[in-house]
Amino acid sequence: MARSISYREAINEALDQEMARDPRVVVFGEDNVGGTGSPGEMDAWGGVLGVTKGLYGKYPGRVMDTPISESAFIGAAIGAATGGLRPVAELMFIDFLGVCFDQIFNQAAKFRYMFGGKAVTPVVIRTMWGAGLRAAAQHSQSLLPVFTHIPGLKVAAPSNPYDAKGLLIAAIRDDDPVIFAEHKMLYEMTGEVPEESYVIPFGEANIVREGSDVTIVAIGRMVNTATEAAAELAAAGIEAEIIDPRTTSPLDLDTILESVENTGRLVVVDESNPRCSLASDIGASVAHEAFGSLRAPIQMVTGPHTPVPFADSLEDLFIPDAQKIIGAVKTAVDWSK
Amino acid sequence: MTGTLPTTVSQELGPDALLQVYRTMRTIREFEERVHEEFASGDIPGFVHLYAGEEASATGVCSHLDDRDAIASTHRGHGHCIAKGVDPKEMMAEIYGRATGSCKGKGGSMHIADLSKGMLGANGIVGGGPPLICGRALASKQLGTGGVAVAFFGDGASNQGTTLESLNLATVWNLPAIFVAENNGYAEATSSTWSVATDDIADRAAAFGMPGVIVDGFDFFAVHEAAGEAVARAREGAGPTLIEVKFTRYFGHFEGDQQLYRGDEVAQAREKLDCLKRFRARVTESGELTADQLDAVDREVATLIDSSVDEAKAAPRPAASELLTDVYVTY
Repeated sequence: MARSISYREAINEALDQEMARDPRVVVFGEDNVGGTGSPGEMDAWGGVLGVTKGLYGKYPGRVMDTPISESAFIGAAIGAATGGLRPVAELMFIDFLGVCFDQIFNQAAKFRYMFGGKAVTPVVIRTMWGAGLRAAAQHSQSLLPVFTHIPGLKVAAPSNPYDAKGLLIAAIRDDDPVIFAEHKMLYEMTGEVPEESYVIPFGEANIVREGSDVTIVAIGRMVNTATEAAAELAAAGIEAEIIDPRTTSPLDLDTILESVENTGRLVVVDESNPRCSLASDIGASVAHEAFGSLRAPIQMVTGPHTPVPFADSLEDLFIPDAQKIIGAVKTAVDWSK
Repeated sequence: MTGTLPTTVSQELGPDALLQVYRTMRTIREFEERVHEEFASGDIPGFVHLYAGEEASATGVCSHLDDRDAIASTHRGHGHCIAKGVDPKEMMAEIYGRATGSCKGKGGSMHIADLSKGMLGANGIVGGGPPLICGRALASKQLGTGGVAVAFFGDGASNQGTTLESLNLATVWNLPAIFVAENNGYAEATSSTWSVATDDIADRAAAFGMPGVIVDGFDFFAVHEAAGEAVARAREGAGPTLIEVKFTRYFGHFEGDQQLYRGDEVAQAREKLDCLKRFRARVTESGELTADQLDAVDREVATLIDSSVDEAKAAPRPAASELLTDVYVTY
């Protein structure tokens, strides 16, 4: 039975259902409870944006606050995962990866390979990404490419409440380290979400909209932006196919290739900075694999090669919008050989 | 004879236990001395960092641990591996990069691990271990296994943020963890008397709300006693301890290090302080063991090390297909 809930509630529900099902699942991070040691209420925050609220009361001893020491507690989540727990730790903002990245990319990601296949590290690191909240340069980045680059990590980036719940449940059940990236501008987005538990497998893209004139690959919040663009394009007689990869590692390149073989045109929309981005990664792969099908150069719509600015007018220029996507599609469509 | 050494000894060290720990220390010593020779002949790929001289630390601590317990090590990890029960033959094969190695040849000296024995791996990142140990301690606590987790780290790592954060977290979360700072006087080529701001690393314990103790790292019995107290504290839920072990390493930071930064402390230590010599003197003087018993162990260990090297050299390299395996459980 489905009902309409928010992206935030869908994530909370995934955590709740998995914690109920598996006593090894523990949740911790900065203010994941909020209030530890303080004179006022416990669960005062339930996460900085309220995503983990209510879990503390339901699962005593399994939801914890941490001091602000990411290396220690993200590392602890990783170590605990090798020791029989299934931790879901929160790296509050993806921008903070710098203070704990070694534990993620040199330890968790490499244990299985370095130890000859004998390690299993079922850790999930939840983290917020993306611009739009006027949170400025150090709280607004889209650093998914950094994690996607690392062998041994998996990366999921849901674009809607239904995918958020299914991908998080999949992540928690996955025996490999997973970075679960929640777009901070999507927490209020509502959508139909089944009450029961379900899993969305990693490495399976979602075809959000079908069309035969152009393939638009979009990630996270950009899926909604692409959908907006597609409506306006349809009015101009251009039917866009929108593909949401859902996970950037593993990446479902086959679905993208199949679409490009049909449309002949690719536009990739990625909020991150352009160098070594998901856009350039997907673009290069498609150029290599489907060169013969392309009727126009691949278009990449990304942020600029700058930090995210604070002023709302500037931040709005940073973030790819529907008009930029429409412009890119028209460039591809109007291209003549 | 299998290469794996049983590790747990009772607090009361009877003759069997004494012989067992002597075997452990002798195995580490001969293993490292042999790797030193073999490396010089050019057969061993990559980097090795030898633990010779420090045997009492790994042995004294690990003698209180069993398979419930986890340890994390450093780039200088061979001693911790042997003390925790990792098979020396598999270790030697791993150092040579062979398919029969502990990690199928895919890890090497700095990443030898055996998770079935709670050995989380030697670690190529200074300070990489302490956060992982907080995690293993958390898992033991949550799952009620009664296990403890021990982070071995050096004087270099004692300054790394990850270590300091882990000390704090272990106290705040009241974890069954033990932090063993192996202060051998040098972080690579730089002296710890210069790089550590206080006289002793153990001074940091109070700053993070846990007891700190300093022990003579050349004295197995001193390490054994301090470690026993720390492990008991942890097992009974009284929280973490920081033990600072002071000694010196007999070889360079890595094999090939000309060690121009050192004085004559190694010659002095080998002559007057050596943990194996002191152990032998003490147990033979007290009559707990005889010289013959110890000599027999020495011969058995020599045979073990010889066959480890012979077998490692004869073992195949990993198949080409191994390049692409073991990245994920599923992908």
